[in-house]
Amino acid sequence: MTSQPLSLLTQDGTYQSQMALPLDPGSIDCAQLLRDMIMTRRVDSEAIALQRQGELGLWPSLLGQEAAQVGAAASLFPRDVVFPTYREHGVAWCRGVDPVNLLGLFRGTTMGGWDPTENNFNLYTLVIGAQTLHAVGYAMGIVRDGDVGTGDPERDRAVLVFLGDGALSEGETNEAFVWAAAQNLPVVFFCQNNQWAISAPYSVQSRVAVAQRAQGFGFKGIRVDGNDVLACLSATREAMAAARSGNGPTLIEAFTYRRNPHTTSDDDGRYRSGAENDVWESLDPIERLKNYLVGSNKIDQDFLSKVGAEEQELAEKLRAGCRALPNPAPDHPFRNTYAEMPKELEDQMIEHLSFVETGA
Amino acid sequence: MTAQPSTMPIAHALNAGLRDAMESDDKVMLLGEDIGQLGGVFRVTDGLQKGFGDLRVVDAPLGEAGIVGSAIGLAMAGYRPVCEIQFDGFVFPAMNQITTQLAKYRHRSDGKISLPVVIRIPVGGGIGAIEHHSESPEAYFAHTAGLKVVTPSSPQEAYDMIRAAVRCDDPVIFLEPKRNYWLKGEVDLSRIPGPLEKASIVRPGEDLTLVAYGALLPVARKVADVCAEEGRNVEVIDLRSLSPIDDETILRSVERTGRLVVAHEASRSVGLGSEIASRVQDAIFHSLEAPVIRVTGYDTPYPASRLEEEWLPGLDRILDAIDRSFSY
Repeated sequence: MTSQPLSLLTQDGTYQSQMALPLDPGSIDCAQLLRDMIMTRRVDSEAIALQRQGELGLWPSLLGQEAAQVGAAASLFPRDVVFPTYREHGVAWCRGVDPVNLLGLFRGTTMGGWDPTENNFNLYTLVIGAQTLHAVGYAMGIVRDGDVGTGDPERDRAVLVFLGDGALSEGETNEAFVWAAAQNLPVVFFCQNNQWAISAPYSVQSRVAVAQRAQGFGFKGIRVDGNDVLACLSATREAMAAARSGNGPTLIEAFTYRRNPHTTSDDDGRYRSGAENDVWESLDPIERLKNYLVGSNKIDQDFLSKVGAEEQELAEKLRAGCRALPNPAPDHPFRNTYAEMPKELEDQMIEHLSFVETGA
Repeated sequence: MTAQPSTMPIAHALNAGLRDAMESDDKVMLLGEDIGQLGGVFRVTDGLQKGFGDLRVVDAPLGEAGIVGSAIGLAMAGYRPVCEIQFDGFVFPAMNQITTQLAKYRHRSDGKISLPVVIRIPVGGGIGAIEHHSESPEAYFAHTAGLKVVTPSSPQEAYDMIRAAVRCDDPVIFLEPKRNYWLKGEVDLSRIPGPLEKASIVRPGEDLTLVAYGALLPVARKVADVCAEEGRNVEVIDLRSLSPIDDETILRSVERTGRLVVAHEASRSVGLGSEIASRVQDAIFHSLEAPVIRVTGYDTPYPASRLEEEWLPGLDRILDAIDRSFSY
């Protein structure tokens, strides 16, 4: 019933072309993909360390999902719009969001952290599945703007929305599928099936593979190896091109594995075995791409040393940047709740500021 | 536009207001179930899809979360969506989008992103409806920071307030008193809408302040007429905005009258009446000649319609409350 996820790279780094995953590997800057994946993993490991040191309240790790995120993000034009969950640190990195700003939400200095319009990368969404409908609405806006199916490669654009396997059980995700299909919207649903929604395995969510669900809604679903960055890139690029040209939505299932607990507060030893983790560690996405690039002489030790130095620089920047993130001013919530502050709220703000300043 | 006031019911005044809003701003869009060819189950959007096309007046699939969630996305893309929720009892599937997403986004984006979404909801009872078609959910929304909640009571208010709501940069829950959709009144179509958040004294008086809103306004006016025959001059305030509440208008009135009765259809506990009573005692305790009295629906589910006439606050229950205030 469940088809094997499509892949282009074997774990030992052999490239095998696939009809369903058109790609000319020579046209792809694979070294850049590797660099993005390595940097993403470093953001993640530094954030975990910062959480352990008490600098962050929480961190949702993406370990093991770097290929899915970097591959998907590499398919985007700057004018495309992304709606993430709360684990898309790799997509944020590729979109140019300052990784220090990713930490603010988890440090408690902000509820957002970046200007969503600056990189067309929306704020993290913590309520599972809610962002799928925002993506649908944004795609409706693109249609009304007339920026779909014009054939002008500088104009057509689409929305890429991320979700996890758990989100497929949310009513809102299913409503988003209904709307996207009925209105043939320029939106691509990229589901990282990391197999675990905290402690709930995918078997709790569904009896069919993620990608198969699309068929019932009336659009294409494709299942790719989420640890294969080139497979993820090819599938997403095809789907985004279809969306931009007016051919409607696609659901991409990137089959992967969340190698760390759900967040730093989770204890995955209570619900899954370490043996499972070992299997997925042996399928590491960074190692896979590295095997391919080294094996085909596309990178050398110099390149890896250079990335290593960059990584080190990034780590230092993250540590210093995290500690330097400013606390919001006590009037911040009051001033940003409404466009124009109501009188009652202004009174409450004055009361609060007086308390903060004088303790009375 | 005409300078001559014309007579029309609230439903038509809302239609005219939406039409004006759509004509003056190309970014205004309507989303809802059955709002296109059918014109909405209450016909509020009658003819608008014909006039503005199906990209601007969108017949939604049956999914209230989808309606509000996609309106959020549209607002992020620079549009001003106006959602129609078909009945009060059907808004709850959209509550997640309203409370966790719509209401909070300005704060989450450090004030950078406005979500100018209007959610129109027909509310209240008194029409002999089956269950989930007679509810008054305003307190849920008024309790949620980041939302504005307003309700018009007359055709003129409906015409003015819907235009102001569409122009507002904050999300607005726009509650339409469904039993008065066909209540007629004069509408000046050339009027510039005033501020959304102001209460209005619709009948001045010096003996007691009666605060009501939405469908209870015509009842409150009748109450004042009856009281006038008995020599009591009741000042009637149309609250208009349930969040924020215009304290000033209420406080200045009660300072003069010393007595306050608040009437609403919604359940009593933790409702708008409780909030207003609290604010009044907090600000002008010594001006009060009697306790603030709430005349409301009860803390039960909305009853079967054969019981609704007595369950709803009507003329007699409000008059009785006024008697109690004076005999305190």
